[in-house]
Amino acid sequence: MGGTKLLGQTPSQTVGPFFAYSLTPEQYGYDWVSLAGPDMADDAIPGERIIFEGQVLDGAGQPITDAMIEIWQADSTGAYATEPGRNTRFTGFGRAGTGVLGDGMFRFTTVKPGAPSAEEAPHINIIVTMRGLLMHVFTRAYFEGDARSAADLLLAQVPEDRRGTLLARQTAPGIWRFDIRMQGDAETVFFDL
Amino acid sequence: MPLILNPRDFSSHPAYIDKGYRSTALRGPAKPLIPVRGVSLASPVYGHDRVGAADADLTLNGRKDAEPLGERIIVTGRVLDENNRPLANTLVEIWQANAAGRYIHVVDQHPAPLDPNFFGGGRCITDQDGRYRFLTIKPGAYPWGNHVNAWRPNHIHFSLFGHQFGQRLVTQMYFPGDPLLALDPIYLGVPAKSRERMIAQFSIDVTEEGYALGYIFDIVLRGENATLWENQ
Repeated sequence: MGGTKLLGQTPSQTVGPFFAYSLTPEQYGYDWVSLAGPDMADDAIPGERIIFEGQVLDGAGQPITDAMIEIWQADSTGAYATEPGRNTRFTGFGRAGTGVLGDGMFRFTTVKPGAPSAEEAPHINIIVTMRGLLMHVFTRAYFEGDARSAADLLLAQVPEDRRGTLLARQTAPGIWRFDIRMQGDAETVFFDL
Repeated sequence: MPLILNPRDFSSHPAYIDKGYRSTALRGPAKPLIPVRGVSLASPVYGHDRVGAADADLTLNGRKDAEPLGERIIVTGRVLDENNRPLANTLVEIWQANAAGRYIHVVDQHPAPLDPNFFGGGRCITDQDGRYRFLTIKPGAYPWGNHVNAWRPNHIHFSLFGHQFGQRLVTQMYFPGDPLLALDPIYLGVPAKSRERMIAQFSIDVTEEGYALGYIFDIVLRGENATLWENQ
């Protein structure tokens, strides 16, 4: 392939305000099967069950009620569902719109991920899309107080004074809060990955 | 472990803050993205077993008692990476307005009629050649509140995952010759050199005689870095 001209990437466009009936239909009450939703783990899935929730906020601090949050995570042992030989009902993929709970909130029921490798602390990968965002953004949530985060390969590439924006905080037993701020002093770190 | 991807080609994509598209002002990230390297991750396991055979036929999947109104169209194409390799077995999801320019979504208040026989959502998984195919109704144009007398061109929303997490793409497909394209800040937010990649091509070969017009829309996602795999 060396020297071959690459095809041009198809440009990104906003997801717009009307995605919910197709991408998150069950959550919004539409009669269409969802491929993924906010409830990712029932009692039969091994691991520590957690609520992973937060609010999406714009540059004026106002809740964004038409965003879509996608999360993709390892299971409680640190294995992704894509790894060979996995045979589990837990896909590790969840989707939620922020227009149902009020105040731009999303809330996933899942299990706390394990560390995928010695170089990675437990984390949740996140994709954020919304009306007014011309290209989705990638971010990650780590768990506040987990000592393994200090050795994380990706976190080490983030300026120290902004790493706090990537920490989910435990607000009650088993409930982890991760707000996503699109702008402002505490703007969440978004990755070019 | 997936291979490292070529970077997102930011010169082909819209900027986060766009003067013409008002809602970007408070929603697009204001700080630069933080580049990270050396991290690769496969694309998510979605509910691919839940994709039904009829999900790609939008003339059927919302039908109550009659055919949906409007002009039947076939939209097909290939999902490729930048190295011109087809991406097989990858999810393509779409959603769109009906022929009158109205979405079924409850927040759409445009006073054009809903069609009781049209839902507007579809999905399929690409075949071994990376090909997808939808049968649908040509979506209508509709007004929006961005500026005085603002109208969105006819378009179909697309969502794709590819094979790697970093290949995720959400985009819109437009139709050739649409006069609204030259006035649409969402379309114009993309640099001029790459805008036309979002316009489908009319194809008489895809067109089915006596039944539906055909359009081809190929989609190119980031590719695996060829230099890196040559050096391995």
